[in-house]
Amino acid sequence: MAEPFTSLTSVAMPMLRDNIDTDAIIPSREMKSTGKTGLAGGLFAGWRYLDAARMPNPDFVLNQPRFQAGALLLAGSNFGCGSSREHAVWALAEYGIRCIIAQSFAPIFASNCVRNGIVPVVLPGDIIAMLAGKTLSVDLAAQSVRCDGQSWSFDIAAGDKAMLLQGLDAIDLTLKHQDAIAAFHRHDRVKRPWVYLELPHA
Amino acid sequence: MSGTLFDQIWDDHVVATLPGGAALIAIDRVLLHERTGAAALNSLRAAGRAIADPARVFAMMDHVVDTLPGRSDQTLVPGGQAFITETRMAARAAGITLFDVTDRDQGIMHVVSPELGIVCPGLTLIAPDSHTCTQGALGALAWGIGSSEAEHAMATGTLQITRPKTLRVTFSGTLATGVTAKDMMLALIAEHGAGGGAGHVAEFAGDAVRGLDMEARMTLCNMATEFSAFAGLIAPDQVTFDWLKGRRYAPQGAAWDAAIRQWRALRSAADARFDAQIMIDAAAIPPMVSWGTSPQSSVAITGTVPADANPAMLAYMDLAAGAALIGTRIDAAFIGSCTNARLSDLRRAAALLAGRSVARGVRAICVPGSSAVKRAAEAEGLDRVFVAAGFEWRESGCSMCFFAGGESFAEGTRVISSTNRNFESRQGLRVKTHIASPETVAASAIAGAIADPRKMTRQRVLADG
Ligand code: SF4
Repeated sequence: MAEPFTSLTSVAMPMLRDNIDTDAIIPSREMKSTGKTGLAGGLFAGWRYLDAARMPNPDFVLNQPRFQAGALLLAGSNFGCGSSREHAVWALAEYGIRCIIAQSFAPIFASNCVRNGIVPVVLPGDIIAMLAGKTLSVDLAAQSVRCDGQSWSFDIAAGDKAMLLQGLDAIDLTLKHQDAIAAFHRHDRVKRPWVYLELPHA
Repeated sequence: MSGTLFDQIWDDHVVATLPGGAALIAIDRVLLHERTGAAALNSLRAAGRAIADPARVFAMMDHVVDTLPGRSDQTLVPGGQAFITETRMAARAAGITLFDVTDRDQGIMHVVSPELGIVCPGLTLIAPDSHTCTQGALGALAWGIGSSEAEHAMATGTLQITRPKTLRVTFSGTLATGVTAKDMMLALIAEHGAGGGAGHVAEFAGDAVRGLDMEARMTLCNMATEFSAFAGLIAPDQVTFDWLKGRRYAPQGAAWDAAIRQWRALRSAADARFDAQIMIDAAAIPPMVSWGTSPQSSVAITGTVPADANPAMLAYMDLAAGAALIGTRIDAAFIGSCTNARLSDLRRAAALLAGRSVARGVRAICVPGSSAVKRAAEAEGLDRVFVAAGFEWRESGCSMCFFAGGESFAEGTRVISSTNRNFESRQGLRVKTHIASPETVAASAIAGAIADPRKMTRQRVLADG
């Protein structure tokens, strides 16, 4: 279960390129454990460090002093494309990222964000470019991003919004539909019996 | 009925409608692999949740497992052994079916699942792996998810999904000789962009798709995720049924007859309305090769690096704008992956390799897509063709399709590869990957440089031609 998200005020860290893939967000070689933690150090490792000893690359946005407390990323289109590894989102969340504003997201990535308390916000590219390095406020209930007295609204699916606002667990929400699930299977077992398999030892 | 194939499958699986246009969708099959399987299974267990129907959950060892001959649980991926042993323990504790490291049925999940008939037409199938879309080739709605959603599907037998839009990609006409499903996808993505399919389920249709055999259809659907599509889908037909019949988890006997009657109805109506349409003249598609670090950065093999190419990409790839792809020196060649390592792929590559040798200094590796593919290839003598030409012949797995800190191509080298992703450092640190069809990889391995497979004669290497 993720921490509820109501609003966030943070400096906006610009990574204004398109197609930033999950291999870039967390290289496969950084996924060293079978669990969901211990991943923040590997976040953007290919860009963030100069060498194997992890000398910080001073040019990389996360390493710049003014972005040290940043919890908000700005990106181009198709952010989070590539491998479906949820480790990319776990690494971002562990690092402290709570919101990503991009022109578009890869769908699996966006869904992983919602399940881990990160708000994926889609805004047009020209607005994103304007927000680079500024301090923004994101209000999820109002679905708005504010900066320097201006404000932009964004869309988010109602279910995703509710889950983020309350830090709800999707499995608990779905299990409220137990009866509908059981009814579906009663009907479906008759209609498509071949879908249901038996374990050899059952 | 006037809906699309996707609409039919969706409607068959709606358990409940949710606010905001989403629905609770029944999930018929869940597949796991050892890279993320242990995390999902252990997290489920820690939350005290049971798997709703373990008979419909399968785990495979493909991502981390070694592909060197004589392998065990030990692997060159740092910490990799824990992924294997923990997934094994978690799978056993959960009571799901596991295809283990030395199992006859071991292999890349998207190769093994169709081989065993785990995926069938009309099913919903998910796996925490973006290339799950491969399996849409059989007329199933199959898509990649994250670990949390895998847990959700295992615990509830459902997923909450916002209904994707529909897109039909029609490949009309007949493919030219030497042009493959891989080239069709690279051509589509080069023209319409790596984000071109975003938010849509892409149904592949048209004469050129109907003309593909089952394995080539899997190659086509495999790269739906490189097109950012929610899933790829091909309506099942006689090719599908003939291929699937008798496979282990496919329905048998009377159940098969009943299933096939339902499957024959799985097609988009003539008047089906799609949210978007793309038409492509398949006859005009040439063999393609990528020059950059996105699959969209692909051109005809006889083409040149675009004049307006992104400078950062050019620097990474060590190429100049305007440079010809043919003749670009390569250091290594890789035939493998869930895209292009099925028996037909290996046969087509072997037809070019027979009687020839890999160029001096080029490291060439062939990794069959599954242990069953490997056995079938060996029964035909394909392994001897690969080895005689100078290829390494491996055990099955994802292998050097991706770099996880273990085995990889040497830093900074240039590789031509039958895989699906050419991202930075995907196949090793600073490795420059050019993706192409298996025949283009074979031809290039021989030439020691990117080469046009149409310029090389093919040999009969198979006893049965
Ligand atoms: S072969 Fe490559 S693309 Fe396919 S599942 Fe394995 S790692 Fe992923």
